[in-house]
Amino acid sequence: MQLFRSHVLVCGGTGCTSSNSEAIMTELNENLAKNQLDNEVKVVQTGCFGLCEEGPIMVIYPEGTMYCRVDVKDVPEIVEEHLLKGRLVTRLLEASSQLQEDNQDIEQSSFFKKQLRVALRNCGRINPEEIDEYIAFDGYKALAKALTDMSPAEVIQTIKDSGLRGRGGGGFPTGTKWDFAAQQVNDEKYVCCNADEGDPGAFMDRSVLEGDPHSVIEAMTIAGYAIGATHGFVYVRAEYPIAVHRLQIAIDQAREYGLLGDNILDTGFKFDLEIRLGAGAFVCGEETALMTSIEGKRGEPRVRPPFPAVKGLWQKPTILNNVETFANIPVILLKGSEWFASMGTEKSKGTKVFAVGGKINNTGLVEIPMGTTLREVVYEIGGGIPNGKKFKAAQTGGPSGGCIPASHIDTPIDYESLIELGAMMGSGGLIVMDEDTCMVDIAKFFLEFTVDESCGKCTPCRLGTRRMKDILEKITLGKGVMSDIDELETLARDIKASSLCALGQTAPNPVLSTLLYFRDEYEAHIRDKKCPAGSCKALLAYEIIEENCKSCGLCAKNCPVSAITGNKKEKIPFVIDPILCVKCGVCFEKCPFEAIKK
Amino acid sequence: MKTIAELEAIRQKTLKEVGMRTDNDSIRVVVGMATCGIAAGARPVMQAFLTETQKRDIHNVTVTATGCIGVCSLEPIVDIIDKDGTKVTYVNMTPEKVAKVVLEHLANGKVCSEYTLKENQ
Repeated sequence: MQLFRSHVLVCGGTGCTSSNSEAIMTELNENLAKNQLDNEVKVVQTGCFGLCEEGPIMVIYPEGTMYCRVDVKDVPEIVEEHLLKGRLVTRLLEASSQLQEDNQDIEQSSFFKKQLRVALRNCGRINPEEIDEYIAFDGYKALAKALTDMSPAEVIQTIKDSGLRGRGGGGFPTGTKWDFAAQQVNDEKYVCCNADEGDPGAFMDRSVLEGDPHSVIEAMTIAGYAIGATHGFVYVRAEYPIAVHRLQIAIDQAREYGLLGDNILDTGFKFDLEIRLGAGAFVCGEETALMTSIEGKRGEPRVRPPFPAVKGLWQKPTILNNVETFANIPVILLKGSEWFASMGTEKSKGTKVFAVGGKINNTGLVEIPMGTTLREVVYEIGGGIPNGKKFKAAQTGGPSGGCIPASHIDTPIDYESLIELGAMMGSGGLIVMDEDTCMVDIAKFFLEFTVDESCGKCTPCRLGTRRMKDILEKITLGKGVMSDIDELETLARDIKASSLCALGQTAPNPVLSTLLYFRDEYEAHIRDKKCPAGSCKALLAYEIIEENCKSCGLCAKNCPVSAITGNKKEKIPFVIDPILCVKCGVCFEKCPFEAIKK
Repeated sequence: MKTIAELEAIRQKTLKEVGMRTDNDSIRVVVGMATCGIAAGARPVMQAFLTETQKRDIHNVTVTATGCIGVCSLEPIVDIIDKDGTKVTYVNMTPEKVAKVVLEHLANGKVCSEYTLKENQ
């Protein structure tokens, strides 16, 4: 076996791949060969490191140096300086560690310090296309332990004791779900993995599948043993080509090693997996719709009960867990339920992965112990809000969730406290909003999404959400009346109470939650015909403040519709013609004297 | 089909290769690889460390490059830093000397004092 003195890990997640990490790998290999280092240095493609904002990311071991925003042009310098001569390429170091050349430990950087990577333990550490690397970091050890040392009941008890709850959003105790399915007597049972990640801005499931697909395969096999199933399905969206590709490679490798198939690890246990591609309908993330889709029918939800644990796929007992939930299972079996239960809060154990996006400096993937406050996520891990703007609110749970306003920024994040605030954990999308974000507009955005994605089977969801969207649109156009707010609340209550599945039952949440915390913004839109955040175009009027105008003419020069007139030579202040103005905001951005107000 | 024992063998074997990616407490061999070092023959010295450790199946060692230490007349210079942080500096290294250092220092924990900076200043 060839041993290398150094490993160069290049992120191959979707984020870094789209900023050219594959070309970086090619360039690296070429440069290593040119410097005759190809027998000493190994290039490894990994999954997501989490710091997507700073991508493409490269980490060099054994030093553990992290280089950020690496360009193909930087590669020869990295090879010649770092790998050949042992000198740091300081300008490419991660910003928070740039000042300390002798302390290169990325774990100590502000982005990683407060994180605890359990579900993401192997993302950015192993090559997801090499089963041996997964095995090296205790991969398939939990499966071996379950099959040889534990009874199915013991496996379920361990998961129950750990307090693990569904990471897809519902938060149902995983062990209890498995127990229900295990108690069913049937000749056939199924294990399903929900990788139909549909919330706008959420990408943790994709990252786990891209960075550590074997952890999901191992966990599903363990689940099969626990409930007595021999067949499993991973339902993953076709829009995740890298995830699908790596998962298929992983399944093939596991079969080759006899970790899937008949007589697994020579114990006589039998289990196999198939991938099913989803066409991208949001409703197929709902468990009954997902299973209907696997059966080859139109993805529509059905009434529960019977719950899937009793009658699921093809009317057989089925468990359905989310990717992140599965990724936790092998570690729990290896390190024990007490270890897992020691992390988190009283009712929410372990860690949670969040896809942090929006108005934040470090866009990316973070995994934190439950109970970490929103302030820590936004200001420490996330690096704060860009351009010195003020934090206004964070949206969790996507179109099913709600927002946490600045006044509650010190709330510890767990299932209960988020529900209490009118938001929800959801699958883990966390969108940060600053003072320029209009809350009515955000509510409208999410309603537009649910209107598009409603499957149409039940009336409250199909028509109710459309009516809510229409009202919100009216308000943002400045045509709202005060009774619209009452009407929104009535509709929201009725849709929640009468929709068939969780899509409709939670669709009004973004409206209810913004009404709860930002009712004044709704009222300002209706009563004063003003958008306080200055974001709703119809309610904006750009105006030049005469005394601030230095008649430089920059605004007029940049105006795309020639709506601004004045005279530079004679120093006549410029004015905007409100009839011609299309409210594009270019003049506002270009004015060097802050003479334009909106 | 693999048995549990075979799985364990794969784990042990691969861990030797990928172990450097986790916090480890291995012995660090640091070779001066600035222009002065390379001119004096640091590349063959580093390669010798890699082949010798591999030949003798020594795995708790990481070999890395570093910049100029400042005593260019004594290059190639190699620092060996033990798990407890004690550092021994070898100077005027050659691939032949490396073979001896790997055997005595890395494998058996005995410093080859005749090659150290202390003896050769």
